[in-house]
Amino acid sequence: MNRPRLADGARLQYDDVREEHLLLVPEGAVRLNETAAHVLELCDGRRSLEEIAAALSERYQGADVTDDVRELLGGMRDHGLVVDAAA
Amino acid sequence: MGSSSMPPPDPPRPYTLVAELSYRCPLHCPYCSNPVAIRGERWRDELETEHWTRVFREARALGVLQLALTGGEPMVRRDLDELVAAGRDAGLYSTLVTAGTLLTPARAARLKEAGLDHVQVSIQSPDPEENDLIAGVRSFEKKLAAARTARELGFPLTINCVLHRRNLDRIEDLLRLAEELDAQRLELANTQYYGWAALNQQALLPTRAQLERGEEAVRRFRERVGPRITVLWVLPDYFEDLPKPCVGGWGRTTILIAPNGEALPCHAASTIPGLEFPDVREHSLDWIWHEADAFRRFRGTDWMQEPCRSCPLGRQEEDFGGCRCQALRLTGDAAATDPVCRFSPHHDRVVAAREPERNGEFVYRTTRPARRAASSTSIRTP
Repeated sequence: MNRPRLADGARLQYDDVREEHLLLVPEGAVRLNETAAHVLELCDGRRSLEEIAAALSERYQGADVTDDVRELLGGMRDHGLVVDAAA
Repeated sequence: MGSSSMPPPDPPRPYTLVAELSYRCPLHCPYCSNPVAIRGERWRDELETEHWTRVFREARALGVLQLALTGGEPMVRRDLDELVAAGRDAGLYSTLVTAGTLLTPARAARLKEAGLDHVQVSIQSPDPEENDLIAGVRSFEKKLAAARTARELGFPLTINCVLHRRNLDRIEDLLRLAEELDAQRLELANTQYYGWAALNQQALLPTRAQLERGEEAVRRFRERVGPRITVLWVLPDYFEDLPKPCVGGWGRTTILIAPNGEALPCHAASTIPGLEFPDVREHSLDWIWHEADAFRRFRGTDWMQEPCRSCPLGRQEEDFGGCRCQALRLTGDAAATDPVCRFSPHHDRVVAAREPERNGEFVYRTTRPARRAASSTSIRTP
């Protein structure tokens, strides 16, 4: 996973009725915690996984989150929610 | 039911609004899930753009996330671009459920521009001639063109194929076709016997051997292709012995609005006698969801009779008694346990229905009044 982006048609949305972050996909919705929502916002197909981790790290007082980001995005990829723009 | 003085607990928030924009359709599929009564006057008076726009806003406020723009054929609506934009403005994720024959590159581009999220194209069979025979009209090439157009514009694509005895043995070709069209999802919906499909049960009901071969083909495909293509495979109820939670449970996940503004809890609810369906022209969606009798009648578990009431598997909150319309059709009582359930005293009727007298004759779907269409709705199929 070099330059992750959301799969075609996947759309991030904050649901102000249920007060939660969602990834809307064809005929479904994936509930996201705040961190996952931040990560996916950064998945624009241009940033590398390392750049995403670095940007996120700033929000979390410099902690190294690379492994967490890799795990999250790997799981998302296995469900067809995220694809590699570099592939 | 109705005897308690306690106010009902808050129902769950709905997820899906099924917007049946029109029952007009260039196709005549003999398993159409629209009511057989679409031939009557009741549904001709279609909602205006501004009604739908308000309904979309109210749906989002209630919690709805998914908007299915369907019909009939939703593309017969001349205000479809506006309706798509209204859905997007409301914050809904929209799916166009189309037969594809009217989805030209120019119209698809406008829908993309308006904010449409997802396109679902129906295919009746992967074999061109069989596709056209089932649809009752030449349409196969246009469907493939529509699917390709959708992908070229970057829409996620679902291919939907309703399965039955005639096309089930072509499932491998269908899986290949979906892959070739670069679909992200393939919905293999085995025919459920309501509406027009109930009229055509003898021509459509598959054999158990066909279903087993189909299921095996799907399993191999999933193994080979992985998450790139999601394949949904839904067994027909008649071959199960525990019911499904119809539309996720009555009045729990879904609101369906018919072209004339009637709000229903499911596709077939209009067949249930004694239910009055509120008109969105006269009521807010919030009132309809919380207060309308049609949505409260079979919501939750209080209405249940035996054997549901003391279900030995404790599945009351899992299958919600199954399908009300099926209970009505097979037992005469919409409040009975869905006879698909092996504990239903009427389960033998489902077992018997698995081996019907089979014949190949289709009664084609039509919105034309019965008088004029009588001579052309049934043709002998080879």
